[in-house]
Amino acid sequence: MSAGTAGSALLRQVLGRWLIPLIGGMAFLFLLVPIAYVFAFSFNDAGRTNLTWRGFTLDNWRNPCGAPAVCESLANSLQIGATATVLATILGTAIAIGLVRYRFRFNATANMLIFLPLATPEVVLGASLLAQFLNVGAELGMGTIIIAHTMFCISFVVVTVKARVASLDPQLEQAAADLYATPFQAFWRVTFPLLLPGIVAAALLAFAISFDDFIITNFNSGSADTFPKFVYVAATRGIPAQANVIGSAMFIIALLIVIGGQILAARRAKLLAAL
Amino acid sequence: MALLAGERKSPVIHQRGADEISSAKRRSRIGYLLILPGFIFLLLFFVLPVFSLLATSLYTKPPGADIGQFAPALQFSNYTDVLSGYWPEFLRSFGFALVATVAALLIGYPMAYLVAVRLRGHALLQGILLVLIIAPFFTSFILRTQAWKQILADEGPVVAVLRAVSLLPPDGRLTATAFAVVCGLTYNFLPFMTLPIYANLERLDTRLIEAGNDLYASPATTFRTVTLPLSMPGVIAGTLLTFIPAAGDYINSALLGNNQDTTMIGQVIDSLFFRVVDYPGASALSFVLMLAILFLVILYVRRFGTKEIL
Amino acid sequence: MIQEHVGVGAVKTAADANGADLSLRSICKRFADFVAVDNLDLTIPAGSFFALLGPSGCGKTTTLRMVAGLEQPTAGTISIGGKDITHTSAHERPVNTVFQNYALFPHMNVLDNVAFGLRRRKVRDAHAEARGALKLVELEHLASRRPAQLSGGQQQRVALARAIVNRPAVLLLDEPLGALDMKLRRQMQVELKNIQNEVGLTFVHVTHDQEEAMTMADTVAVMNGGRVEQLGAPQELYGLPRTAFVANFLGKSNLISGQIIEDRGDAVVVAAHGSRLIVLKDRATSHHGHVLVGIRPEKLSMLRPQDADPSAANTLSGRVADVSFTGVSTEYSVEVPGIGTMGVFSQNYGTQQVQPGENVVLNWDSAYAFGLGGDQDSRAGAGQDAG
Repeated sequence: MSAGTAGSALLRQVLGRWLIPLIGGMAFLFLLVPIAYVFAFSFNDAGRTNLTWRGFTLDNWRNPCGAPAVCESLANSLQIGATATVLATILGTAIAIGLVRYRFRFNATANMLIFLPLATPEVVLGASLLAQFLNVGAELGMGTIIIAHTMFCISFVVVTVKARVASLDPQLEQAAADLYATPFQAFWRVTFPLLLPGIVAAALLAFAISFDDFIITNFNSGSADTFPKFVYVAATRGIPAQANVIGSAMFIIALLIVIGGQILAARRAKLLAAL
Repeated sequence: MALLAGERKSPVIHQRGADEISSAKRRSRIGYLLILPGFIFLLLFFVLPVFSLLATSLYTKPPGADIGQFAPALQFSNYTDVLSGYWPEFLRSFGFALVATVAALLIGYPMAYLVAVRLRGHALLQGILLVLIIAPFFTSFILRTQAWKQILADEGPVVAVLRAVSLLPPDGRLTATAFAVVCGLTYNFLPFMTLPIYANLERLDTRLIEAGNDLYASPATTFRTVTLPLSMPGVIAGTLLTFIPAAGDYINSALLGNNQDTTMIGQVIDSLFFRVVDYPGASALSFVLMLAILFLVILYVRRFGTKEIL
Repeated sequence: MIQEHVGVGAVKTAADANGADLSLRSICKRFADFVAVDNLDLTIPAGSFFALLGPSGCGKTTTLRMVAGLEQPTAGTISIGGKDITHTSAHERPVNTVFQNYALFPHMNVLDNVAFGLRRRKVRDAHAEARGALKLVELEHLASRRPAQLSGGQQQRVALARAIVNRPAVLLLDEPLGALDMKLRRQMQVELKNIQNEVGLTFVHVTHDQEEAMTMADTVAVMNGGRVEQLGAPQELYGLPRTAFVANFLGKSNLISGQIIEDRGDAVVVAAHGSRLIVLKDRATSHHGHVLVGIRPEKLSMLRPQDADPSAANTLSGRVADVSFTGVSTEYSVEVPGIGTMGVFSQNYGTQQVQPGENVVLNWDSAYAFGLGGDQDSRAGAGQDAG
């Protein structure tokens, strides 16, 4: 074996080991650079337009509602996100359990009905709902946004929870029934706790998608503002630094909640293992 | 239907097929109770609106009517009008979405592989990285896209560096280009690519990779013949969840593009609805977009997918 | 195995108070395209250890699930202690099951798993009773573990404790030892039997392993094609099978096809390729025409031609085709012209082995032979034992 092939073999080995972490790491960097930028500019002593760095200040963090309408739009987004998440999670979880555990004559149609909203671009979902609301003369506002968000979150919930239901051993429910649990008790004591991680993941995803949605909201919001809509409208004349504060804070809160939950779960697992 | 999870039917259910069906029939009333509320909701706010869209797309504007006033009709010329006017935007949207999907796959797969396979056993680290994929949603994607716009701006640091090392001509720019729009699309829909692939790779049995290596396959061959085929359901779900919203998106082209050669079909629909107030034209365009995407999706799933997806 | 006897007294009285026979009358179960259970009648006396034995697909698990209430019979009635429970739901029946893969609730610890049934019935001191049951299966020290942290054998015991703690009128065991390795399985067989003796509950045990059924049960029902082929004590089934299926499925049998040529009052004489075989009438299901004469391999004596009278009754001549040494015994395959291959088990007393190719004479005592109707497939049930 010549030195050259030995060298190329070594190179390949190093590449094989480090290629994936390298690309993966850069991908995470790519994902997080704009967030770092948003975070940095939340400390900008910007005044009206937050385009160039003018000096460090904590004022924006001290007074996040300082810019007009920014906190109102955030409150709307949180309210819409929470309501749509609860509705979509309940409806979607029921559908997921139903579709996995029961056979229907129109099974294929049912699956199609769940798949179609995912296969339809937001602009079409938004436009068709708007066409519908216009045709029936509904007044656009918070109510129509919540309906729209619930609609497109249901499919995401169904898909996420369905995988969890499918991996659940149906014998467990039978064992519960065998041990004197009524169908309701069997669901509440056995099925539901085992599905819970999937349901929580689905709810988190639904909330994230609802909170971040702009296109469908824009079509069906009328004069109601959400946080993304506020930012989009503000973008033309300069986004206030308070929006950066809220964006950064939401990111950090989401991170802390989920990682906190993870650490708690890991600690509990360790405690159990020690027993 | 296995978009996010790439689910596989559990063998337990199949073995007990006969039992399951009989007990399912017995309790099917509960099954209907479970699925009906959600399906009624989808019927009212998804299916019905699509028909509304179809109806609106055929409306006509009576002579002398006010702005936004239309009458029910069967005016099929709405379709030919918008198609002949906006076919370049259509093609461009699909082209941008395709390039962005491929780019997101090339970035998202290694990302998912890193978290799901390489970091297997490091539950906490895996958890943190997973959250980092979803958490950007909470910053608002418009804020992040705006951040890109400022990072890549003509007077920004990236352009300055690229010009200095002659990777960009002195008057070259990054924003207001097709390149910037595609980058924005890739960036914004990357989580939708990564998560389904992650969900699939998470359940990959790494002993199969070892078996591949044991049977004289190089790591590259093992990846091509074992890992990739097994993760196909995740890849298909990810590419669909990236391509579909990317084709209909208009935020990236609005914020990162220019007014001439980066306009996407979503922008056209938005402006027909809200600026021109041509509801029939906007509806016709939306409907065509929906059908075109559905057609492409079905072709794609037929070609690469299993029945599980649909 | 069981040294502690805590809580057993209470368990026993409860079961005695139930004193309930399980009875199945004309039970049928049809699925879309096949009949799983076909007109089954069965009475299982209170306090017995009853085994349903059969190959996979014979309907034994379906029968068990119908008793548990997890499956509805298409026709027929199921009653416990004279009370019809056919149309009650699983959670209303005084019946508990040890599932094949245990079906332990993965999100609860061992103690909560065992206390689950007690809690549903609002029993006071559910935890104390659950601890008693765990003591019985010697797992009290693992009460706070999760099922995933236990070995297969431990999970099996938790499943058992979770069922017996409820003192059901009938305890159903669905292949409970199927997932364990051979050694653990033998150990658990003895343990299960001991526990049944102590708690005195009615056990109905479904298995495809004939050795397991015979070791543990006082009564075995051999099922095939949705029907019970034969029911009785293990010794009885083994010594006097009534069908070719039972003869082959329960241990091994040599079945020789022949014609009855003489009736001697208490016995018949069967001609099989020139040999005269004598079958006692009370050991035969058919007394005329074409029959199968059965003889177990260990009941055959193998002699050298010079030591035997080849013209005597119950004697066949052949040539050794194959010899396998298993330790306690040696198994021979002997080719008998016109009759086929006969299996012979011979205990190893230290005598010299017969070599392949040698000519031998086989001979047996009529007291061990049995006669079956000649219209059956002589190979029915052979090689179906998956256990």
